[in-house]
Amino acid sequence: MSDREDIVLEARHIAKAFPGVLALEDAHLTLRRGRLMALLGENGAGKSTLMSILAGAQPPDSGMLRVEGREVRFTHPGEARDAGIAMIHQELSLVPHLTVAENIFLGREPLTRCRLVDRAAMRRRAAELLKQLDLQASPDAPVETLRVGEQQGVEIARALSGQARVIIMDEPTSALSKHEIEVLQELILDLKRRGVALVYITHKLEELDRIADDATVMRDGRVAGEASFKDLTREQIVRWMVGRDLSAWHARTPAPLGDEALRVTGISLRHPERPGDWLLRDISFTVRRGEVLGIFGLMGAGRTELLEVLFGLHPAAASGEICLGGRKVHITSPAAAIAHGLALAPEDRKREGLVLEMSVGENTSLASMRQVTRFGWIRNRAERRHVQRFLERFRVKTPSLEQRIGHLSGGNQQKVILGKWLATRPQVLLLDEPTRGIDVNAKRELYELLDELTAEGLAVVLVSSELPEILAMADRLVVLCEGRKTAELCRADATSEQVMQVALPQGKEAA
Amino acid sequence: MSLTGPQGRPWLARSQSLIALALMVLVMSVLSDKFLTPENGWNILRQISVNLCLSIGMTLIILSGGIDLSVGAILALAGAVAAGVLKHGLPLLRFDLLLQFTVFGAMLAGVLVGVACGWFNGFVITRFKLPPFVATLGMFSIARGLTMLWTGGFPITGLGPEFGFLGTGILLGAPMPVWITAVLVAVFALVMRKTPFGRHLYAVGGNERAALLTGLNVKRVKLLAYTLGGGLAGMAGLMVTARLDSAQPNAGLGYELDSIAAVVIGGTSLSGGRGSVLGTVLGCLIIGVLNNGLFLLNVSPFWQQVVKGFVILAAVAIDKLNARHT
Repeated sequence: MSDREDIVLEARHIAKAFPGVLALEDAHLTLRRGRLMALLGENGAGKSTLMSILAGAQPPDSGMLRVEGREVRFTHPGEARDAGIAMIHQELSLVPHLTVAENIFLGREPLTRCRLVDRAAMRRRAAELLKQLDLQASPDAPVETLRVGEQQGVEIARALSGQARVIIMDEPTSALSKHEIEVLQELILDLKRRGVALVYITHKLEELDRIADDATVMRDGRVAGEASFKDLTREQIVRWMVGRDLSAWHARTPAPLGDEALRVTGISLRHPERPGDWLLRDISFTVRRGEVLGIFGLMGAGRTELLEVLFGLHPAAASGEICLGGRKVHITSPAAAIAHGLALAPEDRKREGLVLEMSVGENTSLASMRQVTRFGWIRNRAERRHVQRFLERFRVKTPSLEQRIGHLSGGNQQKVILGKWLATRPQVLLLDEPTRGIDVNAKRELYELLDELTAEGLAVVLVSSELPEILAMADRLVVLCEGRKTAELCRADATSEQVMQVALPQGKEAA
Repeated sequence: MSLTGPQGRPWLARSQSLIALALMVLVMSVLSDKFLTPENGWNILRQISVNLCLSIGMTLIILSGGIDLSVGAILALAGAVAAGVLKHGLPLLRFDLLLQFTVFGAMLAGVLVGVACGWFNGFVITRFKLPPFVATLGMFSIARGLTMLWTGGFPITGLGPEFGFLGTGILLGAPMPVWITAVLVAVFALVMRKTPFGRHLYAVGGNERAALLTGLNVKRVKLLAYTLGGGLAGMAGLMVTARLDSAQPNAGLGYELDSIAAVVIGGTSLSGGRGSVLGTVLGCLIIGVLNNGLFLLNVSPFWQQVVKGFVILAAVAIDKLNARHT
């Protein structure tokens, strides 16, 4: 079984750095013919980066890739495809208006002698592939008319039409119904019988029982452990996922707790496409003044959605009760949320938090313009003073207030966002992954700032998928899993293993 | 000192436009001795004032991340309505009344028609989430059709010297259209730099999602931009009508494209969030000097169009190259 003959793809000592973060330090992976490799790990462990390197979407900084014993260097995804490596993304990459057959052969259309697309051949071969995969869809149906599960089948057909030897699936079931998952698993078993090697990234262990042969667990850009899947226990997986030295982390100085600042009762959020399905179900918690409430969850747990509901971004689809400072409030828009004393620093700074074309100063005052306006006109001197107060307090490093915000480092951008919100004098600060993509020093500064702000009585809700960060910073901790609250813990009695146990969806030997 | 940084970078673009304008003036004055005279200077300013009036509104709309293809049609409708109610009054059949308008009342009616059309643009775009291109294309056709219905396809002429003063009058040595447009430029340049609305417009055009999450009323900002754009088109309609002493049913044909050209040459980004009213003034001046100079040099107006096309391409290409290097 473990003959070298069987090895289809081998990656050794792969490293990849992005500005400010080392995504992969020394990763390796070996894929064998007809076997499925489950790739596990926390968000940010480096799984997706490693896969994008295998699929040729980006080159590694160092390390070696071998396909069937031959060393390869991919400069773009087309080369990886030609080498037989296909990737099926979380976000499907099909063209909605084109038919199934056209999508399957996109970029590799069979041609007639006159160099025109041979539509007959294309349809015939598409129909064959669909039949092999036991898919009901017609080759002539526009892809947009298919259900998500069927679209995934089309992606797989596309991979197979290119003679794929390796198929990588990144969270393939995140948008699928139960039945569609079963169909996908049948497909996978069939692919294995044909000798295709598969990589399957997921958090849902129960999906792996039927299909996985091997497992690799990644942590901090390295392989934390690997084993045959059937020999692996849930406890072992959790240990590999979280096993990390926590002493290097910032130690939070707890602030004295004040009155209740935010009480959330029975928050639910309907799934936008699947009626009867929920993104959030019956979530309740409270935060007191001076407290940091941590919310931890893996990908798809509903962390961001929860903050979005609180901030009035889903007024139609959400239900439940929100009380601020003991008063029940109805929040139907971000403007209303801000008026009630909430502030949200979103996960994606550049897309959601900042206006990159505007200056540092303008971004800082954008939410609190009313404070520097008189008779409808902005008072420049007052605005400068106003902005400077917050930027100095947060030690934002910028050459001038007129500097375009896009030129600042991630850490400084995040501080500007905090400054912008603090200027609105909020009661509760909602932070979504506040330290993503920023360097170690800026992280420490942010943690110190949170200590200061809570000491002044601010209530903070800190959403993070980084377990050490949550364990270091949160006074209390709510764990979400698949849209439900699975635990509420005090920091004193929370351990990494315990949190990960309740964050991982059910499966493998769990109660 | 203001914090306004976005105009900070366009300062570079603006100084480029300034240099381009200076070069053109230099070349033209060497080539033609009729170019650099006070009369010709006023001539150019008067010629560009209508386009500039439209382009102020277009700047607001493009800054917000949109576009308005209906300003030329709104201009024609507003002019026709003002001329019509002034000349014939407004018959209210139900009450068997004929409403007579003073000159000022007629002008107000014209501007209000523009405001209403602009508001409708903004309403359709924010309420039904139509792409601005489509929504204003609809308004283009609606306003053109209404103008034809209102005028029956014939010009409305003989509006009297009082109304005509708006287009041909001279106040303190400067033509009225130049005065009006200059005041509007000053007001809107100030509004853009010194009011929350101006700041919000940049934010909405620069990053709509971030603006929404910052609690800005994105819809109201956009609605206001289109409404102001419509009002300014109405004002331009009055100036055109007054100048000719006649409301032409097909006035302003193609003006929307001239106006977009001026905004773009002035360094405003078509994707929104970057640019300024003063840049647009330069854009209008460049187009005006080009047209006027080529006319003085007896270049065929058809060639003028060709040259203008290349200027637009060059302006945007230079802007793109700069954006890549910063």
